[in-house]
Amino acid sequence: MDMPNPSKFVLDKKAHIVSRLQSVLPTDAVIHEEQETRAYECDALTAYKCPPMVAVLPSTTDEVSAVLKICHEEGVPVVPRGSGTSLAGGAMPTADCVILGVAKLTEVLETDYENRFIRVQSGRTNLSVTGAVEENDFFYAPDPSSQLACAIAGNVGMNSGGAHCLKYGVTTNNLLGVTMVMMDGEIVEIGGAHLDSAGLDLLGVVCGSEGQLGVVTEATLRILHKPVDARPVLIAFDENEVAGACVADIIKSGVLPVAIEFMDRLCIETSDKFSGAGYPDANALLIVEVEGSEVEIEEQLTKIIAIAKKHNPVELRESKSAEESAKIWLGRKSAFGAIGQISDYMCLDGTIPVSALPHVLKRIGEMSDEYGLRVGNVFHAGDGNMHPLILFDANKEGDLELCEALGADILKLCVEVGGCLTGEHGVGVEKRDLMLHQYTSADIEAQLRIKDVFDPKWLLNAAKVFPLASTESRRAQ
Amino acid sequence: MTPSSKEELADIIRDTKTNLKIRGGGTRTGLGNPVNADAAVSTAKLSGITMYEPAALTLVVQAGTPLAEIEAALVSENQQLPFEPMDHRALYANKGEPTIGGITACNISGPRRIQAGACRDSLLGVEFIDGRGDLIKNGGRVMKNVTGYDLVKLMAGSFGTLGVLTELSFRVLPKPERSATIVLHGLPDAEAIAALCNAMGSPNDVTGAAHVSGENAQTLIRIEGFDKSVTYRTEQLKSMFLDYEMSVVDDASELWKSVKDAKVMAAHSGDVWRISVKPTDAPGLVENLRVNDAAKSVLYDWSGGLIWIGTNAGVDLRALMGTFSGHASRIRGLGKDNFVTQNSGVARIEAGLREQFDPRGILNTGILG
Repeated sequence: MDMPNPSKFVLDKKAHIVSRLQSVLPTDAVIHEEQETRAYECDALTAYKCPPMVAVLPSTTDEVSAVLKICHEEGVPVVPRGSGTSLAGGAMPTADCVILGVAKLTEVLETDYENRFIRVQSGRTNLSVTGAVEENDFFYAPDPSSQLACAIAGNVGMNSGGAHCLKYGVTTNNLLGVTMVMMDGEIVEIGGAHLDSAGLDLLGVVCGSEGQLGVVTEATLRILHKPVDARPVLIAFDENEVAGACVADIIKSGVLPVAIEFMDRLCIETSDKFSGAGYPDANALLIVEVEGSEVEIEEQLTKIIAIAKKHNPVELRESKSAEESAKIWLGRKSAFGAIGQISDYMCLDGTIPVSALPHVLKRIGEMSDEYGLRVGNVFHAGDGNMHPLILFDANKEGDLELCEALGADILKLCVEVGGCLTGEHGVGVEKRDLMLHQYTSADIEAQLRIKDVFDPKWLLNAAKVFPLASTESRRAQ
Repeated sequence: MTPSSKEELADIIRDTKTNLKIRGGGTRTGLGNPVNADAAVSTAKLSGITMYEPAALTLVVQAGTPLAEIEAALVSENQQLPFEPMDHRALYANKGEPTIGGITACNISGPRRIQAGACRDSLLGVEFIDGRGDLIKNGGRVMKNVTGYDLVKLMAGSFGTLGVLTELSFRVLPKPERSATIVLHGLPDAEAIAALCNAMGSPNDVTGAAHVSGENAQTLIRIEGFDKSVTYRTEQLKSMFLDYEMSVVDDASELWKSVKDAKVMAAHSGDVWRISVKPTDAPGLVENLRVNDAAKSVLYDWSGGLIWIGTNAGVDLRALMGTFSGHASRIRGLGKDNFVTQNSGVARIEAGLREQFDPRGILNTGILG
């Protein structure tokens, strides 16, 4: 992975920078010994590693502000880090950077059921936001599959999604406000418990900006009352294309399931073997989940089953109990882990228009043959967010490169059919160089100008998101 | 000037020597501060539906397309725009046809905003000409897209100050099979807002929560969806409000239209204000304004999160409200400060963005203050 050369100017004054950081933070919150900074050398994109110069773990917004002010004055690059679960390398360090981790910012600041919001510090994990309101039957809707570990800071940075976005939207649709520290240390409040901004929608542009515009330390999030119940139905087909057509028909019918998940033969077989979910022998499988009271669930499932039957499924399994529901989900939830048991894999994240599903699945199959690498498909079919898993052997010379080349071709295909490079993981370093397949240089320039406003010195996570060549002159300032 | 292509529009913006006022259908001309411009540019000829895929729930349209044309196309597939945009024609007593570009530029949303999100939440992609005359695209036509910065949200509600919208893509939704509205009668504001917050906090997926204040007060709770589901949820909600005088209206579309378009404000003769707050703060703020004789007419939407206030001409509600969490704008009535800037940090970022996208300051100059 191509990264900018570390700045000698910065590395030479490491001792001075460490001492300034220690003057505003407790001693144990400044990590600078080489054997300790190694803990921050990568995120969940583990193929690429680089220990940072320093890592800091502030406990308050004011401490974050003090750290950024120092880094701004000293010209030190900063890479913000939530829980380090990014699959795109969003929190990958450079050798001359300060990693600013929000792991100590975990408090719930305010819970308001009448107005249906919660205000938390940004290091709190996604699942523990729901955990804080669960006793009153409320929940926070976006549910990325890393939700046990991932932090709200990272969710805001990447505009994270999850399996239930079809009904509830993604992070940006559930985020009401943030407290954000600018690179120069200024603390700004954007949005709040009310709806709609008075001026420009800065919250919209901050969400999904991959930690390049500021460091979010607090977030106000929409919470919702839990549905009475939820129930999945499993529908298996002979052909991928038929499953794709069934998804389109369900969506058009007016039923809005909370989730429509898709798995192909490789994923069905592998996850079934791994988890004992008892999946049928089929080429394609859909899990469609609906929510509501008993009568509402019945009403929706009746419609969905009627649609599915028109497509001659090889099996149709309606859950009759909580145990059966759990079993239907078991294989899907363990799919990534199961594939990981049989092979190294790379997980893609392109999104396509739902209508292009049959064509794209067919093309991925052909490309997989051309490259001689197996590809498993398991994804959120309802919103077109695909997660092709490319299997490769990390110990085999050239296999990673081959896998990355196939991945790039699949993502280009997603863009060609009217989709995009990434639906919920973010660009990070991983897809940086593919940006020009989706955007013109004028489109990119418009985005760079936004960063110019928020971070004129280009110190925050600056080697990410955009092709390095397009940001070089700005970073060199 | 009425360019008939985006290239022509780009030429006009690149070559202009004067400030430009951007015009869609001209139905929201009172919204914002007065624009300082010597010429106007209209999107009327940038019109038409580019692509509509009902099975993918996506619609791509040119910015000058009249809303009526879009709604006709959607109705034929039994679909709708989720955010139920307000029609300002009654409020401003003007004619003309609202366009989708105008709706997006002002981020116009209606009662369903509390459940389905605002215009910006349904907007999937934008194409626009910025103040330099460059064509910029962002987003696309898929619902999950985190590729690069989200300029889609930024453009929604930017009132033309960052660029002139040329093409937009939206997520659309199926029209509900049935709708029902529970009406609670005669509630004082505080009790009404508490009831609405209760309804919103229940698992009944309420899609409208409004309160028409005053004598003959009506508190409205809307449920939409499939037949049996609407029946079930209506019963659930009714059982929460047994202490109140209540009726259920099956087709309350006219009632919701009057909430959406703030009809009671259209009938008011003075200035009209719109206040965005945390719902439970709303009754107290209104009470304070009433004590000061400043709230002549009051309508609550969004469970109390949106307050419409009719005042005498020239009254500045902000001066009477002091500090509160939220914001207030004068929607009808002359004033150079109809919209005001927010806290200084935010204001500085906003000014920086406008400077980057429109370095000459020629687009809808002054409209946001």
